[in-house]
Amino acid sequence: MKIHEFQAKELFARYSVPIPDGGVAQNVDKSVEIGCGLGFPVAVKAQIHAGGRGKGGGVKLAADSNELKACAEQILGIKLVTPQTGPEGQTVSKVLIEKAVSIRQEFYFSILLDRDTASLVILASTAGGMDIEETATESPDKITRVSVNPLIGLQPHHLRQVAFGLGVPRENMKAWLACIASLYRLFIENDCSLLEINPLIVTENGSPLALDAKIILDDSALFRHPDLKEYRDASEEDPLEAEARRHNLNYIRLSGNVGNMVNGAGLAMATMDIIKRAGAEPANFLDVGGGATREMVEKGFQIILSDSQVKGILINIFGGILRCDVLASGIVKAVKNVGVKVPLVIRMEGTNVEQGRRILADSGLELLTADTLADAASKVAEMVR
Amino acid sequence: MSIFVNNATRLLVQGITGREGQFHTRQCIEYGTNVVAGVTPGKGGERMDDVPVYNTVREAVSQTGANTSMIFVPPPFAADAICEAIDAGVGLIVCITEGIPALDMLKVKHYLCLGSSRLIGPNCPGIITPGICKIGIMPGPIHLAGGPVGVVSRSGTLTYEVVHQLSRQGLGQTTCLGIGGDPVVGTDFIDCLASFENDESTRGIVMVGEIGGSAEEEAALYVKENVTKPVVGFIAGLTAPPGRRMGHAGAIVSGGSGTAAAKIEAMKNAGIHVCEDLGKLGEFCKGVF
Repeated sequence: MKIHEFQAKELFARYSVPIPDGGVAQNVDKSVEIGCGLGFPVAVKAQIHAGGRGKGGGVKLAADSNELKACAEQILGIKLVTPQTGPEGQTVSKVLIEKAVSIRQEFYFSILLDRDTASLVILASTAGGMDIEETATESPDKITRVSVNPLIGLQPHHLRQVAFGLGVPRENMKAWLACIASLYRLFIENDCSLLEINPLIVTENGSPLALDAKIILDDSALFRHPDLKEYRDASEEDPLEAEARRHNLNYIRLSGNVGNMVNGAGLAMATMDIIKRAGAEPANFLDVGGGATREMVEKGFQIILSDSQVKGILINIFGGILRCDVLASGIVKAVKNVGVKVPLVIRMEGTNVEQGRRILADSGLELLTADTLADAASKVAEMVR
Repeated sequence: MSIFVNNATRLLVQGITGREGQFHTRQCIEYGTNVVAGVTPGKGGERMDDVPVYNTVREAVSQTGANTSMIFVPPPFAADAICEAIDAGVGLIVCITEGIPALDMLKVKHYLCLGSSRLIGPNCPGIITPGICKIGIMPGPIHLAGGPVGVVSRSGTLTYEVVHQLSRQGLGQTTCLGIGGDPVVGTDFIDCLASFENDESTRGIVMVGEIGGSAEEEAALYVKENVTKPVVGFIAGLTAPPGRRMGHAGAIVSGGSGTAAAKIEAMKNAGIHVCEDLGKLGEFCKGVF
C-alpha cells in the first residue's frame, strides 16, 4: 500500500528523523495560513501517490504569501500528470506546505527488500535528486549498497558503511548514524516494503534532513498495524478497484474491451495474454481466488460490467478448491440478477466440471461454452471484433 | 521415480482442524497420501477423522515418525509454524498459506539455512507425485501417473492448466510442484531443475514462470550450464501493466525489471523451448519430449 509524502513524514517525525517544518492543506486559505505561520520562502508540494511530481509542475517555491496563494491555486484541484500517473493524471486534493531550507549537499537514500538474497538492503548515493536506476547505469561508483541479514538485524558497522560511503560531515557523524538507525527501525517496525528519501539533504550546519519521503507498506502485514490502515487514500485508487478490494477480489482495470474472470493470479495473467494473442485486448485482470463463493462471482460480474468499455466477457475457471458447480450456479444467478448484455464465453475445467456444465446448459441462458482455452479466446475475440 | 515426495512420505498437517486444513487433508487421504498426524495447539488428543492430533510438531514427529509437513495455518502464525517444523527436524515442509508478511519470510528463509529442512512455498498449491502422494490443494484427477515429465511453476491454477494439457496428450508426470507466488519462497526453480535432472524417470521438464523478480533468468542460466534434459518454458504476464501487483505478491514489474519479455528472451538464449501460446502448450510439449 502506497502512502502520501506527508503521511510518511508523520512516521519520520515519530521516529525522530529530521524533516522540514510544515503542514498539510486542502484549500488555498489554509495553505496561506500555514505558509505565514512558517515564514517564507516555502515549498508547495502536491500530495499524490505517483512520483515525478516536480517534472509535472506539482512542486513549487513561493517567496511570499501572494506567490503562495498563486501556487496553491495552480496546484490544488488540478489533474497532475507526471511520468508515473499515466496520461489521465491524478487529481490533487492536498498540498504539503514546507519551510524552504538551504542545502549544502543532496543524497539519495532507500531501504528495500531484496527478494533474490532475502535480505534488507540500504542503498545510498551521493547523486541526490537522481533516480537510483539512472545513477546505477551512469555512475555506479556513487552508490553504497549495504545488505543486512534479517536474523541479526542492523549492526553498527552497517551504519558506518553507509555514513562513510556518503561522506557525511564528520562533526555531525552521530546525528547521521542515529538518523539511519531510526529509518531502519521505522522500516522494520512498520513492515515497509520500500522506504525512499530523495533527496536526503545535508543542511547548512551539516545535519541530515529528509526533504522528501516515500513509503510503501506490505499489504500482507497491515493486519498488525491497524493505525497504518488509516493511511489508505481511496481517492488515489480506481473506484472499481477499490470496490473489488472491499469484496476480496483482485481486480486491475486495463484499457481493452474483453472483460475476464479467472481463478488464480497466474492463470488470470495467462488468460489476458491469450486474449491478446487472439487479436483482442483485455479490459481487466480479475482473480477471484481459490476460495471464491457464489457471491464473489456475482460481485465480479458487476464490477466487470461497470466498465462501459467491455464488449464481451471470457470466464476461465480451472476448478480446484473453487468447484465448477459452485462457479456455474454463481454465473447463472449473476447473469439473471445483473442482466449481462454482452456476449459471454465460459470455459471450465477441473473439479465437478460435468455438474457445472449441466447447470449452465439447464439455465436457459444464452451462454457460449468452450472446451479449451484456445477455443475460448478465439470465440470471445471474434465476438468483440 | 519422483522428486521430494514418494511412497515413503509420512505426512503431518499443521492446522488440520481448520476448515481448509480438514477439507484438503481428506482430499489428500482419498488420493492415497499417508497422513499420519495433525497438529493444532490445544487440540492434542483429539482426532480428525482417523488422524491423531497433537499439540506440537515435535510431539507429532516423535509419536508417528512424520517426515513431511503440510501447513494450513493462517498468515499471522504461518512463519512460526514453519519454524516449528524446522526445529522439529521435519525434512520437507509444504506451506500453502497465502499472505505471510514479507519480513517474516525473510527471517524464515535465513533460518532454513541453519537446519536441514526443505521448504516448498509459501503461497503455493503444493506438490504431487501422481498416483503415489498428493500434498496440497491441486485437483488429483487431472494428473497422469508414471512420468516422464516433471513440472515446476510459480503459480497454482496455471499449473493445473499445464498438467491437464500434458495428460490429455498422454504425457504423464513424475512430480508436479508449485514453488509459490510470493517474493521470497523456500525451494526455487534451480533446486527443482537440479532434482529433476538427477531423477532417472524424469525425461523432460516444464517450467512455468511469471513476471516479477529474476528467478526465471537465473534458472535459465542454470539450465544452459547444468541441465541435459529438454526443458519447455512458459511465462505469464506479457500484457501485465508495469508497477501493478498482479494478484501474487511477487508478480510485479518494477523499474523495468521482471518483464515477461526479458524472461522469455533469457529462456530462449539458454536453449529452453519457449511456448508462447498457452492454448497449445500440450501439443508443443508432445513435439519436444
